Amino acid sequence: MTFESFCNVTLSLLTAFKENVVIFVITLLCAIPLGLLMTFGSMSKFKPLKWLVRTFVWIIRGTPLMLQLFIFMYGPGLLFGIVYPDSIFGITINNRMIAALLAFIINYAAYFSEIYRGGIESIPKGQYEAGQVLGMTKSQVFFKVVLMQVVKRIVPPMGNEIITLVKDTSLARVIAVGEIMMTANEYAADGIIWPLFYTAVFFLLFCGVLTVLFSKVEKKLDYYR
Amino acid sequence: MSVLEVKGIKKSFGSNNVLKGIDFSLEKGEVLAIIGSSGSGKTTLLRCLNFLETPDSGEIYVNGKLLLDPSRPDTMNEKDIRTKRLHFGLVFQSFNLFPQYTVIKNITLAQELLAKERPDYKADKKKILEDIYNNSIKILDRVGLLEKEKAYPCELSGGQQQRVAIARALAMRPEILCFDEPTSALDPELTGEVLKVIRGLKSSDSTMIVVTHEIEFARNVADKVIYMADGVIEEMGTPAQVIDNPQSEKAKAFLSNIFKQ
Ligand SMILES: Nc1ncnc2c1ncn2[C@@H]1O[C@H](COP(=O)(O)OP(=O)(O)OP(=O)(O)O)[C@@H](O)[C@H]1O
Ligand SMILES: [Mg+2]
Repeated sequence: MTFESFCNVTLSLLTAFKENVVIFVITLLCAIPLGLLMTFGSMSKFKPLKWLVRTFVWIIRGTPLMLQLFIFMYGPGLLFGIVYPDSIFGITINNRMIAALLAFIINYAAYFSEIYRGGIESIPKGQYEAGQVLGMTKSQVFFKVVLMQVVKRIVPPMGNEIITLVKDTSLARVIAVGEIMMTANEYAADGIIWPLFYTAVFFLLFCGVLTVLFSKVEKKLDYYR
Repeated sequence: MSVLEVKGIKKSFGSNNVLKGIDFSLEKGEVLAIIGSSGSGKTTLLRCLNFLETPDSGEIYVNGKLLLDPSRPDTMNEKDIRTKRLHFGLVFQSFNLFPQYTVIKNITLAQELLAKERPDYKADKKKILEDIYNNSIKILDRVGLLEKEKAYPCELSGGQQQRVAIARALAMRPEILCFDEPTSALDPELTGEVLKVIRGLKSSDSTMIVVTHEIEFARNVADKVIYMADGVIEEMGTPAQVIDNPQSEKAKAFLSNIFKQ
């Protein structure tokens, strides 16, 4: 291995890793609020909605993400004849990426929604009642009293889940999204094995940064119990 | 006119008839102590008064105005219930302070949220918030915790937390302040400071209902005592009548049990 080939491989892996980062960022941005919506659904007093959402979450959590990727890749076309658009908000995007993003967003929203639900249900009833008795409305109780306590409780499990997401992004290669593992694998097919192992560095660095970030957030929320 | 009048409150959970018709009234400035064994329905009664439970039937009047009557849907409107709640305050056995806020914020929060609905809020925001702060500081001083203004609840002892909870309830200026066994969750050496604060609140214009197992406190502070058993008021009267000279067998047994300890 020459220094030059090392630089070249690093550069091409880095370019591919951008795809992983894009999946990661967009999934988080969409799944975090979507998960909250699903939580409201799964905690709804309206039984049909509650059971619909819970069944959906069960299906998503009970099947492999890899399978969901295939379904979002081929399902819409095969079942409904839907073709993904070539661009969204004027940004060109290939249909494999769209399928990958949909699968990741929905999969992670389902996981997040369960974490949120656990967090919300762990807040003692007394907190709601204390707010109500002081004349707060239901939404004031939720946003002013409960929410911050929920946030504190869900930071550790969310941290875990988000770090899992970093590594899960490499699953997108099963529908041929040109992410880092796929690129490394192309080198392997040419008989150059080491880039495959080298990918670990990218994941480790990224997860390392996130771990530090999350422990900072946890510290920040440490001022109360 | 009585500040509070409760008529025929009934409440059951499934087949468990917890309140079987509760009637009493309170004059302004009176302190009512409610005693009774575990499960007799004391907490449920306070929760009905604070609209945390809806009675199955009965009426609640404050200053002669009907607040709640389950047989009249016009009194059960969700929006109005919120404002009706403000006639009452409730101090919980387990404090239920908001852990993420400082002591002072615990006291100001609900006042600030309520003030936002005032028509003059936008124009006088600064002045209104200042008044709320000053009012809260004054109340914090009354419960003797001025120096804890910026502390978080987890940094306080149980007794101090309960005093903050009392301040928080007081700050909303309820007409009737209810306490549900305010000292039961405290170590014995901390009950004194909380009872002292409650005693200090007694005045001609603060009406209080205290559910308690502290018989001495009831005897010394209450104007009126109710002994509850199995969802009914067994005895009602002055401390001298109910505590020192109970008539019913149940009350006698309950009190002699307590005095034995
Ligand atoms: N939300 C509820 N659902 C079902 N049953 C309830 C509920 N709340 C109270 N009960 C029942 O009502 C009865 C009276 O309870 P309550 O808490 O009012 O008693 P209490 O007099 O306050 O007792 P304690 O001295 O132990 O606090 C008990 O049998 C209790 O199990
Ligand atoms: Mg009780």
